Amino acid sequence: MGNTITEKILMAHTGLKKITPGQLINAKVDIALGNDITAPIAVKEFDKAGGKKVFNKNKIALVLDHFTPNKDINSAQQCKAVREFARKHKITHFYEGGNVGVEHALLPEKGIVLPGDLVIGADSHTCTYGALGAFATGVGSTDLAAAMLTGELWLKVPPSIKFIIYGKLPKWVSGKDLILNIIGRIGVDGALYQAMEFTGETIRKLPMADRFSMANMAIEAGAKNGIFAPDTITREYVKTRAKRDYKFYASDEDASYTDIIEINAAKLEPQVAFPHLPSNTKGISKAGKVKIDQSLIGSCTNGRIEDLRIAAKILKNRKAASHVRLIVVPATPDIYRQAMKEGLLEIFMKADAVISPPSCGACLGGHLGILAEGERAVATTNRNFVGRMGHTKSEVYLASPAVAAASAVLGRIASPAEL
Amino acid sequence: MICKGKVWKFGDNIDTDAIIPARYLTTSDPQALATHCMEDADPDFVARMKAGDIILGGENFGCGSSREHAPISIKAAGVSCVIAKSFARIFYRNSFNMGLPIFESQELFDAIQDGEEIEVDSTAGTITLTSSNKVFKINSIPPFMEELIADGGLMKHIAGKRGKNEKR
Ligand code: SF4
Repeated sequence: MGNTITEKILMAHTGLKKITPGQLINAKVDIALGNDITAPIAVKEFDKAGGKKVFNKNKIALVLDHFTPNKDINSAQQCKAVREFARKHKITHFYEGGNVGVEHALLPEKGIVLPGDLVIGADSHTCTYGALGAFATGVGSTDLAAAMLTGELWLKVPPSIKFIIYGKLPKWVSGKDLILNIIGRIGVDGALYQAMEFTGETIRKLPMADRFSMANMAIEAGAKNGIFAPDTITREYVKTRAKRDYKFYASDEDASYTDIIEINAAKLEPQVAFPHLPSNTKGISKAGKVKIDQSLIGSCTNGRIEDLRIAAKILKNRKAASHVRLIVVPATPDIYRQAMKEGLLEIFMKADAVISPPSCGACLGGHLGILAEGERAVATTNRNFVGRMGHTKSEVYLASPAVAAASAVLGRIASPAEL
Repeated sequence: MICKGKVWKFGDNIDTDAIIPARYLTTSDPQALATHCMEDADPDFVARMKAGDIILGGENFGCGSSREHAPISIKAAGVSCVIAKSFARIFYRNSFNMGLPIFESQELFDAIQDGEEIEVDSTAGTITLTSSNKVFKINSIPPFMEELIADGGLMKHIAGKRGKNEKR
């Protein structure tokens, strides 16, 4: 019996010759990530356990992206604690201020995470890096503390579900729509404890940006990780960024799966996840007339340059409806700069958008775009739980950048095809 | 370990934003987090619950973010343990890592009303309904996880192992 890509990467990080789903293993970690919410607890735990030295200062990434630029005194204190730790231990990949971007857009962009890596991050969307053909999973702060200390972590080997996607993606249908559709099919615990492996002819042609937003939302189906076999598109992305060796893994033909789900992408239309679960998805034609107060384009799911280009294409020579607050968040400084060079920021400003600094900000209801009671937002983010972006009586609708941009213009949830 | 208390029943897919909303994550102080425990699922929970009480969830309890603030706030609020049909995986590992007792039971949820009293005996692997003495089984956990709990969480487990290695 062969192995899946997930099993192979895990195996390579244990020294074991054989592993099986369900097995508890101790694995070596290539990159351990924390942010300004989760790292403060990890730092405390690290110190409390008598930690004197981190296992490797080049293999830890600390990214202050959630409540930054510092939202208030408390968040400033949190950042300070992480900064002091980063300085003391001379952490190479420490990002804040003008260098910071949303962690899961930043780490791949900087070549910090690479194909074949085993990445753990004290952030649930760490699964994003599966797009590169890495095993990447979200853990907690104590896990991060343990990994920073020992360079290892206990993991349970997940069984895998294979998603075979075929057919040409229709116009305005993106990786985001694919993953929303998949979560709608299997539910928010449809892949609980499992690996979601994405393959098929549609996937093989899918650009990296779309792969990132799909892997990003694997956690929204309860998965441990989402993963794509790396290929020429992956190589193109990493070759100019990587500063160390990386390895491509692929599943064996006879690897075993708990389920194989085939999806015809050609039949999809843009998707919208209605409140209050990412699995509450509908095709845009069935969305009805949902008036919105805010449109948010950004986050680790859809704040990449490709996302901004799509939004700009729709917003060019148009304006957000007068009752809509349009917020655009380039996910990293490089994306920001690129958007500036390409004239996208000019288009957004002319459309009456607010351009936010790279930050998690409104995505988690932190700051920079909170919703009031009764307000509705369409967002390119990944969660629409109760209170996710503000008041418990506010609502979040998840969609692609194309839908978010079109909705901003029309003042209600809408397809770009309507413009 | 024995946990005895009144059951607070919640539904399926109780997410980490409901357990501890992101707006309170500017601190990691357990006592501060405890005052907002379960706030977006039941705003009166903290005011009305008593130390030792038990949270009962349906499927996929603790889904969403990786924030350890969620189990921290539950533990600091004085909840003795959490029982659910199933747990989201990061919440599950966080709870073991930081020492919040959690148990899986498929049957309990449908057999019990909100506010009833139960006794959980983790060694015997049972949950007993106080009013009727009805007994339910809890799913057993791997030996490694038992070790984690016995050691008082992941960091103490590691510190113990490192200590042993250094002495060798
Ligand atoms: S952008 Fe949103 S989902 Fe992504 S890391 Fe930040 S808060 Fe989490």
